[in-house]
Amino acid sequence: MKARIKFRKYGVMKYIGHLDVMRYFQKAMRRAEIPIAFTQGFSPHMIMSFANPLGVGLTSDGEYFDIELKEPISSEDAVRQLNEAMVDGMEVVSFVQIPDEKKATGMAIIEAADYLSIPKKEGILFSNEDLASFLSQTEILVLKQTKKSEKEVNIRPWIHKMEMRGNDIFMQVSAGSAANLKPELVIKSLLHFLCKKETETDFYYHRIENYARLEDGKLIPLDGLGTKIEG
Amino acid sequence: MRKLALSDEILLKVEKPARYIGNEVNSVMKDKEKVDIRFAMCFPDVYEIGMSHLGIQILYDMFNRREDVWCERVYSPWTDLDKIMREEKIPLFALESQDPIKEFDFLGITLQYEMCYTNILQILDLSQIPLFAKDRSEEDPIVIGGGPCAVNPEPIADFFDLFYVGEGETQYDALLEAYKENRRCGGSRKDFLQMAAKIEGIYVPQFYDAVYNEDGTLKSFVPNDPHAKEKIRRQVVVDMDKVSYPTKPVVPFIKVTQDRVVLEVMRGCIRGCRFCQAGMIYRPTREKNLETLKKYASEMLKSTGHEEISLSSLSSSDFSELKGIVTYLIDEFKGKGINISLPSLRIDAFSLDVMSKVQDIRKSSLTFAPEAGSQRMRNVINKGLTEEMILEGAGKAFEGGWNKVKLYFMLGLPTETEEDMKEIPRLADKVARRYYEIPKDKRNGKCQITFSTSFFIPKPFTPFQWAKMYTMDEYIHRAHVVNQEMKEQLNRKSLKYNWHEADVTVLEGVFARGDRRTSKVLLEAYRLGCLFDSWSEQFDNKKWMQAFENTGTDIAFYTMRERGKKELFPWDFIDAGVTKSFLYREWERAMRGEVTPNCREKCSACGAMCYEGGVCFEGKN
Ligand code: SF4
Repeated sequence: MKARIKFRKYGVMKYIGHLDVMRYFQKAMRRAEIPIAFTQGFSPHMIMSFANPLGVGLTSDGEYFDIELKEPISSEDAVRQLNEAMVDGMEVVSFVQIPDEKKATGMAIIEAADYLSIPKKEGILFSNEDLASFLSQTEILVLKQTKKSEKEVNIRPWIHKMEMRGNDIFMQVSAGSAANLKPELVIKSLLHFLCKKETETDFYYHRIENYARLEDGKLIPLDGLGTKIEG
Repeated sequence: MRKLALSDEILLKVEKPARYIGNEVNSVMKDKEKVDIRFAMCFPDVYEIGMSHLGIQILYDMFNRREDVWCERVYSPWTDLDKIMREEKIPLFALESQDPIKEFDFLGITLQYEMCYTNILQILDLSQIPLFAKDRSEEDPIVIGGGPCAVNPEPIADFFDLFYVGEGETQYDALLEAYKENRRCGGSRKDFLQMAAKIEGIYVPQFYDAVYNEDGTLKSFVPNDPHAKEKIRRQVVVDMDKVSYPTKPVVPFIKVTQDRVVLEVMRGCIRGCRFCQAGMIYRPTREKNLETLKKYASEMLKSTGHEEISLSSLSSSDFSELKGIVTYLIDEFKGKGINISLPSLRIDAFSLDVMSKVQDIRKSSLTFAPEAGSQRMRNVINKGLTEEMILEGAGKAFEGGWNKVKLYFMLGLPTETEEDMKEIPRLADKVARRYYEIPKDKRNGKCQITFSTSFFIPKPFTPFQWAKMYTMDEYIHRAHVVNQEMKEQLNRKSLKYNWHEADVTVLEGVFARGDRRTSKVLLEAYRLGCLFDSWSEQFDNKKWMQAFENTGTDIAFYTMRERGKKELFPWDFIDAGVTKSFLYREWERAMRGEVTPNCREKCSACGAMCYEGGVCFEGKN
C-alpha cells in the first residue's frame, strides 16, 4: 500500500538541502514508528520517493513524498506520530493513500507549482501592470545552464500566471520532469525587463503548492490524488 | 522562532549552513532566564567532526539533566565563515540559543588531539574572549579544558582558566555548585578559581610556577597559591553502571563522521600496549552491565531514528559480554533494517559468524593491527598479536569467503631497525600467500591486502614517554624502506601501501610532550594563519616552521632527546593512576624485549588499583 505525505518546510529548515531532508525523514519514520516497507537484499533501505526537490534557501507549504507501507496506519495516527517526531520548521500536513500503479508517483506526475517571491527589503515595489506587460511578451529568452553548455530558452510558455499579493509576487509556473522553471529565473528576467537595479537575490522564495494535472486538464494539489486512511 | 546569529545572506553563501543553525532532533532548548548557569561546550573542529564525538554528547546530556544549567554546543566555524565573522566582527555563538559565547558562564573545550590547538585560539578569538587567562575580566566566561590531552595541558595552559583532568562524570557537579556558591557570596573570578583549585581533578594553571634548568629541562613545578594542590588526581568513574548515558543524543541534519548510535560498552583496556596512551590513562578497565546496554540500545535507536548502531571501546574483543550484546543487537534489530557496525574483533569462530551475518562478505574487509612487522618489535611494544594468530585468523576468514584485509602498523618505534621495517611488507605478503594457498576454484578472485603505517609519537603517561623521535627526513626514509621492500614481495600486485604525512608527526610530537614555553609557538602559528591543522589541505608546515623560528623554539629539544630516568616531566604533577615507576619498569622491559601480561592474566601493580574498581577487583568480591 502506498501513501503520500505532504509537509511544510519553514524557518531555519530552509538551510537544509534536499538530500539531508531525505535523511531527516528516514530517521523521522523510525522515530514515529511508521510501518514503512523496505527493499529486499543485503542492505535494505526504505521505499521512499520525493517529488520536486526544493532548493536550499526556499521555504514551502506544499512538499511531498511517497512511501510504501508494509501495513496500514490511519491518516490521523500517522500525522500525529510524525508531528511528534518533527523539529521546528517541519510540519506534516497530510498523509493519504494513493493508487498502487507505478505512474501514480514521482516527478513525472508533477505539472506545476505555485511560488511567492517576497522582497527582502521594503521599497521594492511592483504593480499588476508591470507583470502584465512582462507577460505580454511573446518570448522571454533566458540563458539556461545545462551540464555541458549554456543555451537560450524561451520561458514564457512555462509561466502560467503572475499577480501581486500585497508586496509579494505570486506565480504559477511549470514544474516536473518535462519543464521545471525556477522562480529565481522568472524574477531575474522580470527585473531585467523592468530595468530594476535589484537582483533576484533580493527576494525570498516560498513554494506554496505542487500540482498534478487531471485528465480533464485541471490542476490538483498532489495530495488531492489520494484518499484518507481511516483508523 | 529563534533568531539566527547569521544573516540569510551569509548562510546562503557559506558551505553547509546546517553547521550553524542548531535545531537538530534532541538538541536541548531552555529558557535562559530560568537557569543559573550557561555552559558552552566546544569541540574545536568543524561541526561534522565535533558532532561525532561521544564524550561531548555525554557531558551535554549530563549538564542538561540539571535544571539549573543550560548546556549548548559550539564548533569551529569552517574557514569560509571564519573569514566573514572576522570581517564583519560577528561574535561566535552557541548553536541552541544563537547567543554570543562571551555571555556564557563557562566555555568548555574538549582536547582530543594536539593538532586542534590553533582552533582553540580561533574559538577564543572569534568569541572575543582574551586569549590569555590572565587578561580575562569578571565578565568573561571561565574557560575550561578537558579530554585526553588534558593529561599534559602545559602547551595550552596559559589560555585556560582551569582544566578538568579525567572523566567528566565525577566532579562537574561540585564545580558547578562552587560556581553558584561563589556568585551567591558575590565572589570574584579569582575567588572562584581558588575554590575550584581545591576540587579533585581540577587544575588551575595560573596557581603554579614552572622553573627550568639551564639545559632547558624542567627544574621544579610548584603551586604559588595556598589553595592549589601539589598533585592533580585524574578522575575516573568507578562504577560505570551508576553514571548517566545520553539516551537521547543530538541527531545532526547533515552527514557527520559518526552518523549512528554509539554504545559505549567499557572504558579502559587490559592489554598494556606500551605506545598507547588511552590504554594507560583509562586504567583500570571497567565494563558496563549487559542489561543496561540492551536498554540503552533500544532507547537510543528509538529516540534518534538512526539506522545504524556501533559499539565503542578500546578493545571490544576483551569485553566479557561481547557475545551477549552482539547477539542481542542482531536478533533484535537486524530484521528492522538496522545496520550493526562491528568494531574490529579478534578473528575466531564467533566473530566470523557475526560478521557474515551483518556484513556483505564480498565488500567488507578484515582488520588487523599488528602495529609492528617483526615479532621482536611487537615484544618491544607489548602487542600480544603474533604472526601465527594473524595468519590463522586471516586463513579462516579467507576460507569463509573474505578476500580483503587491512593491516595497521607504526614506523619509528623505539629500537626499530631496518630489518623491523622490512618485516612489515613481508608480513602483508605472508597474508596474501595464505590466501593463495586456497585452491583456485574455492577462492574469490584476487585478494587485496592494504597495509598502512603511521609514525609513532611518544605520549605522556606511557612507557615510551622517555623515547626519542626522529626527523621528518628520517620518517620519510623509513616509509621508503617499507615501500621498496614491498616491491620485492612475491604477491606485490595484491599489496597496497599507504603512509601518513611526516611533518604533522613532528609537530604533534612537540605538543604531546611540550611544556608551557611551547604555547608561544602556538600563538605565533595562529597569528601566521595556521588553523584546522589536522586537515591535510589546510595544514601549512612552512608557517609552523616559521613560528618555531620566530619564537626561537628548538624542535629537537622536544622530539630528538631520549629523556633520562631522573628528568622531571611537565605533566608529572598529574597523578593518572599509573605510576611513573611502573611506566619506567615497562620502558626497561621494552628495551629488553620483554612482554608484560595483561591485567586479566596477571596484575602488574601499575598503580591504577588506587581507584578501587574495575578489572583490578574482578572476581575478588
Ligand atoms: S593495578 Fe593491575 S589489574 Fe589494575 S589496571 Fe593496573 S595492572 Fe591492571
